[in-house]
Amino acid sequence: MESSIKEKCPFKIDIGPVYSVDPAKRHAYAQSGNNVFVPVERELIFDIDISDYDDVRYCCSGADVCKDCWPLMTIAIKILDASLRDDFGFNHILWAYSGRRGVHCWVCDSRARKLNNEQRAAIADYFRVYKGGENTMKKVSLTGPVLHPFLARSYTDVLKCFFEDKLLLSQQLFASEERYRKILDLIPDENIASELHDRWQGNRRSSISKEDVNATRWEQLKTTLQSGKHKAQGLRRCVEEIVFSYTYPRLDMEVSKHMNHLLKAPFCIHPKTGRVCVPIDPNNCDDFDPTTVPTLSQLLGELNAAGLHSNSENDWERTSLEKPIRFFRTAFLQPMLKACKEELESAYNAKLQQSKNSLAW
Amino acid sequence: MEIVRSHRQLAAAAAAAGGGGGVDGGGAGGLPTYRTAPQLEVRLEEFELFAIDRLRVLKGIADGLSRGKRPEEMEKLVNELWKVHMRHQDPAETLNKDIISHFVLRLVYCRTEELRKWFLSMETTLFRYRFRLESPESQRMLMSEFQLPYKALPHSEFEAVKDKLSQVARSIGQSATVESVFFKVPFEEVPDLVASRRVFLSKGYTYVAMSQVVSLVVTQFRCNISKALVLTNRKWMATIKEQEKDRLTPIVEALSNAYFGPDYSQPKDAVEISLKDIDQLARTSFPLCMHHMLEKLRENHHLKHGGRMQFGLFLKGAGLKLEDALAFWRAEFSQKVGSERFDKEYAYSIRHNYGKEGKRTDYTPYSCQKIISATPGVGDHHGCPYRHFGEENLRAALNKMGISGHPLEEIMDKVKNRHYQLACTLTFEAAHGVSCDTGINHPNQYFSESQKVLKVKNQAVQSQATT
Repeated sequence: MESSIKEKCPFKIDIGPVYSVDPAKRHAYAQSGNNVFVPVERELIFDIDISDYDDVRYCCSGADVCKDCWPLMTIAIKILDASLRDDFGFNHILWAYSGRRGVHCWVCDSRARKLNNEQRAAIADYFRVYKGGENTMKKVSLTGPVLHPFLARSYTDVLKCFFEDKLLLSQQLFASEERYRKILDLIPDENIASELHDRWQGNRRSSISKEDVNATRWEQLKTTLQSGKHKAQGLRRCVEEIVFSYTYPRLDMEVSKHMNHLLKAPFCIHPKTGRVCVPIDPNNCDDFDPTTVPTLSQLLGELNAAGLHSNSENDWERTSLEKPIRFFRTAFLQPMLKACKEELESAYNAKLQQSKNSLAW
Repeated sequence: MEIVRSHRQLAAAAAAAGGGGGVDGGGAGGLPTYRTAPQLEVRLEEFELFAIDRLRVLKGIADGLSRGKRPEEMEKLVNELWKVHMRHQDPAETLNKDIISHFVLRLVYCRTEELRKWFLSMETTLFRYRFRLESPESQRMLMSEFQLPYKALPHSEFEAVKDKLSQVARSIGQSATVESVFFKVPFEEVPDLVASRRVFLSKGYTYVAMSQVVSLVVTQFRCNISKALVLTNRKWMATIKEQEKDRLTPIVEALSNAYFGPDYSQPKDAVEISLKDIDQLARTSFPLCMHHMLEKLRENHHLKHGGRMQFGLFLKGAGLKLEDALAFWRAEFSQKVGSERFDKEYAYSIRHNYGKEGKRTDYTPYSCQKIISATPGVGDHHGCPYRHFGEENLRAALNKMGISGHPLEEIMDKVKNRHYQLACTLTFEAAHGVSCDTGINHPNQYFSESQKVLKVKNQAVQSQATT
C-alpha cells in the first residue's frame, strides 16, 4: 500500500465500502446478470458542512468559516457523539476536520459497519430535526407535549447554552430588523410577533445602554412567550424551536444513508486550503480551531527546519502533526485494533467450541 | 398450489414459491404469514380474478401513501379496501383467496427489481395495518410464529427506565401512564421506530412497547417476502416461464402491466425534445416541480443530488438525448464549478442515469408517489411543491404560472387536505383550460398530456388560419 501510494501520488484518497468482489473486476461480474457486485461493509459516516447553515450565520457564507461560526460544528460534534455512544452504543468513533468547511464522522464498530441502507437511514432520520427544503419558512417543528429524551438532553446540555452564551452575541442575532424579523417569523402567533416587533422598532435608541441588545431582546421574547397568558401548546414549544433552528446539527443525509458513498480519508490534504484533515477530539472539541490546522506548506517548512534526516520513520514527531497523529493512534486506532482482535478471537473460540461439541457427538 | 382449468387438472407449475406444507397458520383473526404456498387446487379464472382483487387493494394503498395519509387514516383505508375486495361470507374462502392472490401476485411482481420493490412495499404496508387490527392474543401468536426471540422486560429493568419510557410516550402524544409490557430489542430490528424517534434508545437497544411490536413483526415479514421474491424470480426465469408459456405466462405478464401504469423510462412515440426548446416547453408543459427546478438551476447554476435525479430523469423521460443532457447540465454547472469539475464529478452520474455507467440499468423517471414521499433538506429544490412548499411560496409560484382567484383557492384547498396529486391535476386544468379525467400521477404524464393538448390547439389555430 505504501509503495503504491508513493508510486501513484494521489492528491486525495476517498474511502468507500468493502465490496463482495474485487471492484476492478466489477464489469466482468456485471455480465453475469445477478447482482454479485454489492457493498458488504462500510463505516457509518456523517458529513456536516458549515455552508448548510448559511441562513443562520452572518459572519461568513459558503465555504468560509471563522471562529464565530465554527461553534456550530462544535455543537454538532457534541450532540452526535453523545448520542452515538449513549443511545446507539457505539464506541469506535473518529471525528475529523474535513479540511475546509466542516467535519466528518466515522463510526467504525463492527456493528456499525454491517448496517444495511435502511438502518443507516433510520439513524440519520433519528438525528434529523431540520426539515423542509428551501421553500418552507419554518423548518423545525417540534410536536408533542414533551421532547424525546434525546432531543431534551441535547437541548439542555448543549443547544441552549451555546445559543445563549455564544451565538446570540457572536452572530448578533437580534441586532438588526432584518435579523430579528427572521426569528419573529418562527412564532406562529402573529399578535405576539408584531407586539415584539413594534416594541423593538420603537426603542432602537435605547440599545446604547450597557445591556447587550441581543440578550435583552431574547429575554423579552422568552418572557413574552412563556408568560402565563400564552401557555398555549404551540407557543410553549416555540422558544425551543427557535433555538433548534439556529443551532441543531444539519446533516448531509444522503452521505449517511447509503453504503456506497465515498468520503475523504482522514489526514488527506484539502486540495483548496492545503489543510490536513486532522482528527478532532470530541472531549475537547471546544478548543479546536480550524484556522490553526497545519497546512501542507507549513509541514514542509517544519520538516526542513528540523534538518534533513530524510526518510526517517519518525519525522512526523517533529512537526505540528505530532499531536494529531498521537491522538489518532491512542484514542482511536489502538482501541479499535484491540476490539477487532477480541472479536476474531471470540469468533474463533465459538467455532472451536462448536467443532468440539460435534466431535463429542 | 395447483392450477386447474375448469375441472381438468393440469400440471402444478405455479407452485411457484415452493410447495409443501398445508395452509400456513392463519393466526386467530386469519392473518397469514405466507411462509409456504398452500396445496390447493385453483381454477384458472380464480387465479386471475383473485389477483386482480388483491391488486385493487394494493393500488388503493399506494394511492393512500402518495396522499401522505396519516397512520390512523391508512388503517381505516386498508380495512375498507380489504372488506370491499377480499371478503367472502365464508371465512375459509376469504383465507384461501388471501393466500392464493398473494402467491399469484408474487409471481407477477417477482420479475424486475422495480416490480419487486413496489410489491414488497405495498404488501408490507397491507400486513402492517392488518396486524394492527388483530386482537392482542393473535398478535402474540403471530409474534411466536415469526419466532421472535424477545422476552418481555423484567420488572427491575423496567423500573430503571420507566421515566424515560414515559417521556417517549408523551413525546409522541400518548398518555404518560406507561404500558406494562416492553421488549428490549437491538435498534437494527426496528428502523422505522428509530427513524421517527418513537422509542427510547440506550446503548444500542430500543425499548419496544407491546403496542409497537407491529414494527418488529413487519421487519421480519418484509425480510421473508423480500427473500422469497428473489427465489421466485429465479424459479420463474429458470423453469416456470418456459413451462407455462401457453398458460400462466400470458396472464402473469398481462397482470403486471394492467395496473402499473405506463412505463416512462423510454420516451413514448419516439418524441424528442431538443436543448433550445427546454425553456419554452417548461413554460407551457412542465409540471410545477420540474419548472421550479429549472428556474433554480438557471438561477444558481447548481442543483443538489435529489434535484439532479428528479429533474434529470424527467428530462430523459421527456425525450432529451444523452448528449443533449450532458450539454444542458454542463452549460449550467460550468458557470458555478467550472467545466473541468463538471466533467470529473457530475458527468458520470448523468451517464449513469442513462444506463451508461456502473450497474448499467436504465433508470426510470420518478413517479409522483416517489416525489411526494421525498424529504428535501437544506438547499434542496426537489420534491413535490404541493407537499413541500410553504403556503406563501406555493401561492407565489402558482401566481407566476398565471393561476389566481377561484382555481387557486381550489388548489390550495386540495393541498390542505393533502391531495397533492389532485392539486397538480387542478393546476394542469387551470393552465390548459381543459379537464384531465385521468388525474396526474407522473410528471412525465403531465408533460405528454400537456403536449397533446397543445398540439390539438395548434392544429385548430392552423386550420382556422388556412380557411
